[in-house]
Amino acid sequence: MANKQTHFVAPENETPLMAVDSVTGDSQPSNLWLDAWRDMRRRPMFYISGALILLVIFVALFPGVFTAEPPNDKCYLSNSNAGPMWGHPLGFTRQGCDIFARIVYGTSTSLTVGILVTILTMGVGIVLGAIAGFYGKWIDAVLSRVGDIFFAIPYILAAVVVMSVFSHNRNVVVIALAIGIFAWPSTARVLRAEILRVKNSDFVMASTAIGVSRSRILWRHVLPNSIAPVIAITTMSLAGAIVAEATLSFLGVGLPSSFMSWGNDISQAQSDIRTNPMTLIWPSLALSITVLAFIMMGEVIREALDPKARASR
Amino acid sequence: MFGYILRRVLQAIPVFLGTTLLIYFMVFAMPGDPIVALFGDKGVNPAVADQLRHQYHLDQPFIVQYLIYIGGLFVGDFGTSFSGQPVANILAQTFPVTIRLAMLSLLFEMIVGIGIGLVSGLRKGKWFDNSALVMSLIFISLPIFVIAFVFQFFFAIKLGWARPTVSGAANWGELILPAIVLATVSIAYIIRLTRASVIDTADQDFVRTAYSKGLSRGRVVRVHILRNSLIPVVTFLAVDFGVLLVGATVTEGIFNVPGVGRTLYQAIIRGEGPTVVSFVTVMVLIYLVVNLLTDLLYAALDPRIRYGK
Repeated sequence: MANKQTHFVAPENETPLMAVDSVTGDSQPSNLWLDAWRDMRRRPMFYISGALILLVIFVALFPGVFTAEPPNDKCYLSNSNAGPMWGHPLGFTRQGCDIFARIVYGTSTSLTVGILVTILTMGVGIVLGAIAGFYGKWIDAVLSRVGDIFFAIPYILAAVVVMSVFSHNRNVVVIALAIGIFAWPSTARVLRAEILRVKNSDFVMASTAIGVSRSRILWRHVLPNSIAPVIAITTMSLAGAIVAEATLSFLGVGLPSSFMSWGNDISQAQSDIRTNPMTLIWPSLALSITVLAFIMMGEVIREALDPKARASR
Repeated sequence: MFGYILRRVLQAIPVFLGTTLLIYFMVFAMPGDPIVALFGDKGVNPAVADQLRHQYHLDQPFIVQYLIYIGGLFVGDFGTSFSGQPVANILAQTFPVTIRLAMLSLLFEMIVGIGIGLVSGLRKGKWFDNSALVMSLIFISLPIFVIAFVFQFFFAIKLGWARPTVSGAANWGELILPAIVLATVSIAYIIRLTRASVIDTADQDFVRTAYSKGLSRGRVVRVHILRNSLIPVVTFLAVDFGVLLVGATVTEGIFNVPGVGRTLYQAIIRGEGPTVVSFVTVMVLIYLVVNLLTDLLYAALDPRIRYGK
């Protein structure tokens, strides 16, 4: 029994493993962002919402292209609640102002508040969520409880209180702050959960092994690999901020009436709902279509970045 | 289970203290002297003002005022409104109406949301499913006051099916229109949640087993698919009940429903800062309690939650 084989020895003439590996080595490595981009371009919803968003941005930047005169220059009470006429396609408000011009000039207010709130919530949410998720221990415990406190207050109610504090100097930045300080915890939670998942990956251990510093691992390696779910909710939160601004202005604690804002227009038109409902409908429509565009875009991005959702479609 | 409840309740305490402290601090930062505001345009008698300041503890440092307020909460003293009525009394009058509205709204959400979501999930990719998804997206993007005005204008003013505003009695019948308006956005979310959950469940092995035992499609759908898909939906409904209790401000204001939300709405419109704050505090407390109960409900429904870390 001297020649009894105790372990398997590969025959010398077997195909080298290299040959098997080289087959996959030629094809493109899969890349989450590239795959998502390819997937998005296949969807009609991407083009519809993209076109609408570009239009909204263009109107916000160059309102003068769409209307001949600034909205509050020629408000004549003789035009009060008048219907559409040449050069004034949507008619007039009770104060005799051109509805179309007011809507066009209100676009930048909504968009500015939306973008400011998004920058604020993303900035605070990403920094705090990343630190809480990556460093863990007591830092996580403290940051998570602080997040819980801000999360527990429904943010419209919170913004109402903040705006009451700033009752004398309300402007776009103040309203963005009022909405933003109570909206960041959801971003932080999403990122924290993702970082908890990613930080146990092999590449993190490899970076630690070759002596990369903790903070460099977090910002250069872990964060870029966990940011996808945050990107997916960005446009959604932009839409939410636009709605929040309009709601606050509607409640009368938003921007002062000297600002051109869809929420203000809707708020002022509500007493005319029986006599001239169109003054209410047009700004509502502008608001709803803008929000719908951002939500549709958010939906497309979310599904494109989530391989599971992509597969089940 | 008991350990889990204890842990969740203990976790809620710092959040409760933090939220009340935060709101209280914001009131403290509010510009203007509330005592001077009480006198309106008349001149202020300094002795009376000092007396009032002492009565409302405004001469104490911030942290003492806060502790007095917290102490008051535990004996049911929620503060006083601008007109001098105790907030607790106003709550006792208005809260039943809000609860009625929230329950009616929840009923619509369950029937319509789960119904459409179930059919959508079972017919994934068909025209019904696609149109339900598009409709739900549209309803998610419509701000609540837009929906409220459109419904009020169309169903109440044009068609005359309902009264545009609710009377002081707030009967069940009058509350139907505001309840539908309140329910719309949540219905959209429930449709999507139910649909996703049903698609997930319908793929499970036990569903195939149920079919292969020869059970009818109706029975498999009702007993095996629907029941097992409902856990996330039930949790959403519970959270939503909390949101409905505190978040009906705009809808109650527009339809003139005499509930907590309208009281807050009117206080906001009139700029009565202190009333707004005492109501917001109470609403946040309600919201916290409902959320805590939801977490416990979730743990009761799904054992994986209580044994997880």
